[in-house]
Amino acid sequence: MHSFLLRGNAVLTFALTVLAVACVLASLTDTLHSSKPEVNVEILSVDAFGRNPGGNDEVVLTLHISADLQSVFTWNTKQLFVFLAAEYESSKNVLNQISIWDSIIQSKEDAKIHRRTRNKYSFVDQGSNLRGKDFNLTLHWNIMPVTGAMFSEKRVLTGFRLPKNYM
Amino acid sequence: MEMVRNAVHSVRSIHYRQLATQIISLGMIVTSALIIWKGLMCVTGSESPVVVVLSGSMEPGFQRGDILFLRMTKDPIRAGEIVVFNVDGRDIPIVHRVIKVHERQETGEVEVLTKGDNNYGDDRLLYAQGQLWLQRHHIMGRAVGFLPYVGWVTIIMTEKPVIKYILIGVLGLLVLTSKE
Repeated sequence: MHSFLLRGNAVLTFALTVLAVACVLASLTDTLHSSKPEVNVEILSVDAFGRNPGGNDEVVLTLHISADLQSVFTWNTKQLFVFLAAEYESSKNVLNQISIWDSIIQSKEDAKIHRRTRNKYSFVDQGSNLRGKDFNLTLHWNIMPVTGAMFSEKRVLTGFRLPKNYM
Repeated sequence: MEMVRNAVHSVRSIHYRQLATQIISLGMIVTSALIIWKGLMCVTGSESPVVVVLSGSMEPGFQRGDILFLRMTKDPIRAGEIVVFNVDGRDIPIVHRVIKVHERQETGEVEVLTKGDNNYGDDRLLYAQGQLWLQRHHIMGRAVGFLPYVGWVTIIMTEKPVIKYILIGVLGLLVLTSKE
């Protein structure tokens, strides 16, 4: 009952158990946190709009994205994965979600976004449904913890519309 | 040297009933681990409720050696979710983020494109020949939680199987020679 190995085993098991409980408690504190994010996105210009070589509608936009996500950070937050998705309905698909820009924010200080940029990923439809299309731009952020449960929040911005004709 | 001589002596002086009891206890430990694993599979609805991150394609969020807790529900798959999927013909699951979703009107069937946060391009290069999208049946679970570093044990045991055998050998010897 007093051998070196048995004592070592007991200490190790206890340490791992305490660590696991600490991780769970740390994660639980995230559920108590409330955030006040501010988000605004504008489309500055439609730079190209037509059919791509695959026959599907494709559009290139220049956007201005501004967001203040500092209040989303908790002590248990490792990073925020932020992405902007264009969301719309077409006759074929009840929902299309296309991520057109993303960014990783690793500290609270970097959580104020003021970006003027072209869409990072191609905004391509399945088919030819984008002319005159009304769509939402939703800013999503995935809260990735130091340890424990992951959360996801979003802010939907409505009222965007693509041109009636190809450019 | 003393320890080895003691171990050899206790192995030689072991009674058969005691030996049988200890082998059965070992079996019970293994079986309870299996029960816990299968139980987790039921509760989380996923074929692999826990996976180890093997590559750096999701850095800096997930590093090699972290473990992810997975869950599969009937909820529709949406952009931003981190999903685990198997490509036809490969048996190593991949954990990446969904960046595009196209959900059909009547049937609710979905076509999904994924990408690792740390990769430059999307996952079309990883999919099977000619495959452009993932469907729901490719996806085994969503990542809902995360623990850092714990998965290194599994990685070391997979990449250097010698260590696995040594560990099992030592554990087996300890169980057989303990006088409890």
